[in-house]
Amino acid sequence: MTEPTIYELSSAGRIGVQFPESDVPAFKVPDEFIRTNLPLPELSEVDVVRHFTHLSTKNYSIDTGLYPLGSCTMKYNPKINEVTSRLPGFANIHPLQPIETVQGSLALMYSLQEQLKEISGFAAVSLQPAAGAQGEFVGVKIIHAYHQSRGDFKRTRILIPDSAHGTNPATSAMNGLEVIPIPSDSRGNVDLAKLHDLCDETVAGLMLTNPNTLGVFDENVLEVIETVHRAGGLVYGDGANLNALLGITRPGDLGFDVMHFNLHKTFSTPHGGGGPGSGPVGVAPHLVDFLPAPIVSIIEEATEEIPPLYGLTIPAKTIGRVKAFYGQFGVMVRAFTYIRMHGAEGLKKVAEYAVLNANYILSRIRDKYTLPYDRSYMHEFVVEGCWSDAPDVHALDVAKRLMDYDFHPPTNYFPLIVHEALMIEPTETESKQVLDKFADALLKIAEEAHSSPELLKEAPHHTPVGRLDEVKAAKELVLCCWLPESN
Amino acid sequence: MFIPHTKAETEEMLKSIGVSSMADLFADVPEKYRFPKLNLPSGVTEMEVLSELTDYSQANEPVSELVSFLGAGAYNHYIPAVIDSLLRRSEFYTAYTPYQPEISQGTLQAVFEFQSLISNLTGMDASNASHYDGATATAEAGVMAYHHFRGKRTRIILSPAVHPQYREVLCSYLCNYENISIETGGKEKGPFENPSELIPLIDDQTALVVVQYPDFFGRIFDYKILAEKTHENGALLAVVANPTALGLIKAPGEFGADIVVGEGQPLGIPLSYGGPYLGFFATKKELVRKMSGRLVGETTDAQGRRGYVLTLTAREQHIRREKATSNICTNQGLMTLAATIYLSLLGKHGLKQIANLCYQKAHYAAQQISTVTGFEIVNKEPFFHEFVVKCPKSVEEINNDMLDNGILGGYDLGIDYPQLKNHMLVAVTEMNSKDDIDAFVELLREAGND
Repeated sequence: MTEPTIYELSSAGRIGVQFPESDVPAFKVPDEFIRTNLPLPELSEVDVVRHFTHLSTKNYSIDTGLYPLGSCTMKYNPKINEVTSRLPGFANIHPLQPIETVQGSLALMYSLQEQLKEISGFAAVSLQPAAGAQGEFVGVKIIHAYHQSRGDFKRTRILIPDSAHGTNPATSAMNGLEVIPIPSDSRGNVDLAKLHDLCDETVAGLMLTNPNTLGVFDENVLEVIETVHRAGGLVYGDGANLNALLGITRPGDLGFDVMHFNLHKTFSTPHGGGGPGSGPVGVAPHLVDFLPAPIVSIIEEATEEIPPLYGLTIPAKTIGRVKAFYGQFGVMVRAFTYIRMHGAEGLKKVAEYAVLNANYILSRIRDKYTLPYDRSYMHEFVVEGCWSDAPDVHALDVAKRLMDYDFHPPTNYFPLIVHEALMIEPTETESKQVLDKFADALLKIAEEAHSSPELLKEAPHHTPVGRLDEVKAAKELVLCCWLPESN
Repeated sequence: MFIPHTKAETEEMLKSIGVSSMADLFADVPEKYRFPKLNLPSGVTEMEVLSELTDYSQANEPVSELVSFLGAGAYNHYIPAVIDSLLRRSEFYTAYTPYQPEISQGTLQAVFEFQSLISNLTGMDASNASHYDGATATAEAGVMAYHHFRGKRTRIILSPAVHPQYREVLCSYLCNYENISIETGGKEKGPFENPSELIPLIDDQTALVVVQYPDFFGRIFDYKILAEKTHENGALLAVVANPTALGLIKAPGEFGADIVVGEGQPLGIPLSYGGPYLGFFATKKELVRKMSGRLVGETTDAQGRRGYVLTLTAREQHIRREKATSNICTNQGLMTLAATIYLSLLGKHGLKQIANLCYQKAHYAAQQISTVTGFEIVNKEPFFHEFVVKCPKSVEEINNDMLDNGILGGYDLGIDYPQLKNHMLVAVTEMNSKDDIDAFVELLREAGND
């Protein structure tokens, strides 16, 4: 059933919440500034609660079922995270309070920086970036600033493999760098010959997603990194796929110079319907001074009686501030909670089972779906959602049909280098039973694609709405309940 | 804990894959760097972690246990219980970006309603689904204006009375980008200059003029003439607005803003040491296609049922790749939901009441402080819920004494503006009772007498 909008539910004169009357003498607002028209809805508390509760039931979520979006790491979000992040001592502190009154927050942030350093093998971490995309922006900016600080102004090109994350090219362009794509070889690795050709004194760096968006770990990663370094470039690691590497290997050890983390992927903080994320950045020793400001440091060492004093410091050659205040603190509390509960052993188990789950699904469906690269995968894999003997069926149809089996579809049509891609990342928190059901559904759909393709073309059949007219949405562009007059 | 596999299931799965052990799955990782020993403390149970985190949280002194007069970009407002109660619906918070509209109508409709509320609140035609915070939304306004003129206009005029951290972020995004120059006013008259003093800086190379409303010092200006002069030069005007104030004072759309951005934290989002917050971004119809960030539009399905989808995605990074003007991917989804619920619940009357309470109490506080010897209210213009007090000694010293008495004093403006040593920015909201204000004024009086 269609849920009315809050504007349709509005009834003039209705009040949702009351505040105390003013307890101070009245002051008059100058007439010329007074707003006369405030077009907000008028609803009661019950109206609001029912409306948003109804809306919530129209969402698929991790708590409803498997959410195998490739490269998004939709793992279960532990409930305790929601308790710790809301503790009054965290939720109710102002970002500009004197540092003496926020030592708990600063100590937690300092510990999180240390934990992330240990997990990744980097020398320092800034927690400021608000999301993965902003972490990328910071990483590339740091690379740019590093070359400039050495008077090396000719490095204006950045190499991006065609298996990298979708945000990478836009990130480089935002930094004014020219994007040079590098193809993948027949095993899904960076094409080494091509890389050798392209590496010269104009290369600022390489943005490498490893494991990449095909889900494979680059077998030549050490040589790739060394090649870029030999040419004087730096290597940026896209940490979106870090879930596969926890306790398995450390990007810092492999030679990456800078990398962003996605706390909302790897460390289980909820995705919130599209955010907030959190994208801390880790750097190798030669880039520590360029981190965005401020970072959390110990400004007075502990003594036997007194704990250390934590404070905010500005790295010597900082690229500046990329966000007001210090980052998505509430997200940091959740990630810290998660890391503390796991410890080193627990984190390694996370990566192992994430990889096990992905390869298990693949083992169940590989006979019925085309696999563009036949090798072992990490935490995700990509298959083609189409068959030469079922010419009308596309990956989109497979995705939509999965909804009829009560699953969220995988990422589709990405990476771009795979024809009709379906990119599947189950994460470690799914049981064998769930994975079997999902594999069964995929197998059934492969069969339906041949026997009754219309079932796929018309899917989904049991959702609150069917396939929506995206062309109409873009053409009519209704973006607001109270529509500005149409064209 | 969160990994459900039994030993038997694990064995079965390994067998199905065709490997004999878990370690075999990682053969592609260089052996030398495989399986490092991480030096992290052992994992703990939920019971222990709660206790540990509680200890950390108790090492803070939260605003809820103090009386706060601190604002400067983050404000202590009452958050009705409804908001967190609904935010905890895990169908909302454990979902992701609504890529599959058929099973994401809850998130999509909520974002559509958010866009509607923000458009109406700011007096603009369209809003996006949010940016990370007020500072990055401001920076994105600069990026948008630059690309709107296809790089042909390279100057951004930035008022010195825009939040200092927003100005820093704008610079981080744009200072070294191609040939952009950012001109901050106030070189002669200092940070308190009036908006009319920005006018001579605007020329035919100007892409964007950025002002704040009320400004960082709490002052309310009518930017009508500034808007006219900006438009005469063919440039765009961006206004960084406080959403609470817009319940009481004219919408920026009324005086000709082309872009309205701001920090949505006052709309039902906890202070949470600076994040996660919410950057809102609204603009005029003719600029919608230039706006970055996610957008939700209304449409129908094959049966004619109303529904919502992400729209104009062709502007975005995953399709336009390096030609996209922004790499923004996530928004502040859950925070937009908080603001949507807050604005729905308060509605027309509630937001006006809150804005009015802030105004009244701030003016009472300013009036009382103006009677204290040695202290001076600097604001000559009308102000909303923040104002500047010139103090007879250092703000830090005054605030230390305040803290001993359970009061969190105002912001020390000397941190950002060397000329404003001994100047305190005081914020007053509905959370401050008359008694709180009187106690604050009394402590200022004592400080003045020392």
